Amino acid sequence: MSDAISPAGSLERRFGAYGGRYVPETLIPALDELERAWLEARADEGFGAELATLLRDFAGRPTPLYRAGRLSEEVGRTVYLKREDLLHTGAHKINNALGQALLAKRMGKDRVIAETGAGQHGVATATACALLGLECVIYMGSEDMRRQRPNVERMGLLGAEVAEVEAGARTLKEAVSEAIRDWVTNSAGTHYVIGSAVGPAPYPALVRDLQRTIGDEARAQILEREGRLPDRVIACVGGGSNAIGTFVAFEADEGVELVGVEAAGEGIESGRHSAPLSTGARGILHGAMSAVMQDSDGQIVEAHSISAGLDYPASGPEHAELRDSGRARYVAVGDDEAVASFRRLCRLEGLIPALEPSHAVAWLLGAGIEAAAGAERNGSTGTGLDLLTLSGRGDKDLAEVLGLD
Amino acid sequence: MTDPIAAAFAGHGRRAALMPYLMGGYPDLETSRAVAEACAEAGADLIELGVPFSDPLADGPVIHAAATHALAGGVTVDQVLGVCAAAAARLPVMLMVYANAVLAHGAEAFVARAADAGAAGLIVPDLPHDEAAELRAACDAAGLALIPLVAPSTSPERLEAIGAEARGFVYTVSLAGTTGERSALPPELPELVRRVRAAAEPTPVAVGFGIASGEQARAVAEIADGVIVGSRVVRAAGEGGAPAVRELVGELAGALE
Repeated sequence: MSDAISPAGSLERRFGAYGGRYVPETLIPALDELERAWLEARADEGFGAELATLLRDFAGRPTPLYRAGRLSEEVGRTVYLKREDLLHTGAHKINNALGQALLAKRMGKDRVIAETGAGQHGVATATACALLGLECVIYMGSEDMRRQRPNVERMGLLGAEVAEVEAGARTLKEAVSEAIRDWVTNSAGTHYVIGSAVGPAPYPALVRDLQRTIGDEARAQILEREGRLPDRVIACVGGGSNAIGTFVAFEADEGVELVGVEAAGEGIESGRHSAPLSTGARGILHGAMSAVMQDSDGQIVEAHSISAGLDYPASGPEHAELRDSGRARYVAVGDDEAVASFRRLCRLEGLIPALEPSHAVAWLLGAGIEAAAGAERNGSTGTGLDLLTLSGRGDKDLAEVLGLD
Repeated sequence: MTDPIAAAFAGHGRRAALMPYLMGGYPDLETSRAVAEACAEAGADLIELGVPFSDPLADGPVIHAAATHALAGGVTVDQVLGVCAAAAARLPVMLMVYANAVLAHGAEAFVARAADAGAAGLIVPDLPHDEAAELRAACDAAGLALIPLVAPSTSPERLEAIGAEARGFVYTVSLAGTTGERSALPPELPELVRRVRAAAEPTPVAVGFGIASGEQARAVAEIADGVIVGSRVVRAAGEGGAPAVRELVGELAGALE
């Protein structure tokens, strides 16, 4: 069972020109310590077995790979959904939270901090900390606290303290900044569980390692079911942890196209979006060089998306490198299309998806015709095989979506 | 060519050089110009001029709020460089600027602008030694000092490496944390400064973070070559503009006599 964390070579500090450790000097020893601890833990069968057991018995892994028949008919290709929405706490975030909380315990750190936007990562971290008996503080913007009251209550029930952040737009970007400031002060006894494949090294690689269980399972499952690899692997990208965890398992499979779907918000041209890979320049946010939304002075621009989980003005550095190398391509889907697809999937498949993967579903629905046309030219109609990571369920989004009516 | 930073550390005539920090464009552009002027008149030996940034990870609430306020007022990097140019006529100016503002247009381009504005050095709090080679080379070529930062958590090996490549002075962060006034200095500070000094010799050592009172400044001056006072000065600028800063910096300078 220790293959819950498959080895991925060394622990990268950089991905091409991206990544790095752009943090105050105070944090460098903590990042060094974390890097060493993860390399040791990753190679330790006992740690791997303990995590695998928790992922299986507590979180609900492996998650099913579901052949979405009616969606397939609609798209004109065979579509499989990787069902991360079935996990405990409702999204893939628990994979990372459990792994990092276990790592914190192994490092002898009895206090854990995290940031959260919509609350999914906060709830996952609070859950893992309750399970392992760790003190837990979750930084959350006051605007997000207002919008996501039930998740604030959940974190409280789980014994976490929710620390309100009043700076800036009072959303995810500011919550990450406040968590980093806490860590600068308290790194000796505190572990910072970052929620996505972002931040200073080793976090992007650490989070990817903990999320690659998605891709490893999905690859084995589709080979078993279809006897071949998918033509396309599709996932939504905010910071990009579910996407990188999916993509990494298929990266060496040359014929498999990797598609990351960002949030175009109110439209790329409106400027109110969360699509740094589609639009952003190279920049530094929260310790990493990556694709960052910024103005001409290098000030970070606020992101906008109906989906709080995608509402972040930078991508993980590994995605920026996958974009530049051409191994993956990134597209963007707006709020309205995402909401329409949210509703469509409810009716087509009896699945209420989170708004984040609804962006990926929307791209699939919109792009199906285009792809079929291309396939016809190649003389191979109707045989396309797609795998899409359904990263979470939509319970948290009901108020947002129904409020639009 | 005389090195203005070395000259400032050599010629202050007090127990240590005094380096107030001010935020460019806070509370507004004109006041920040006047604040720089007040610092020079009241006895500062150098100043640290902050370029407001949207996401200042190393800063505590006072400086963070000042940056947010300046940006909300529409202050640009060019305008802060204008403040720099005016102040540089009076005393050496260290530009405190976050890495993204430097790298958004490339290290060399930013360094050229800073040099044109008369800056003597750059302090980039989120650019640790390992990531700094490119910017240090650009600064060296333009005659600017890239000031390294060290912290209580910095290992002896890193301290050696940082000290060996230091330019201008070594900025010693007194504590694990962000900028902001503290009621007492960390008890480990003298030992930290001793270690930094041993690694940095002959480069001067200045201490910042948490220093707010004349008493604290004097205590730091007993062990270090320079004293940096940030949040307390920014607070004074916000509360009472240039007159309040003149009074505060005068008190701090007096405490270093």
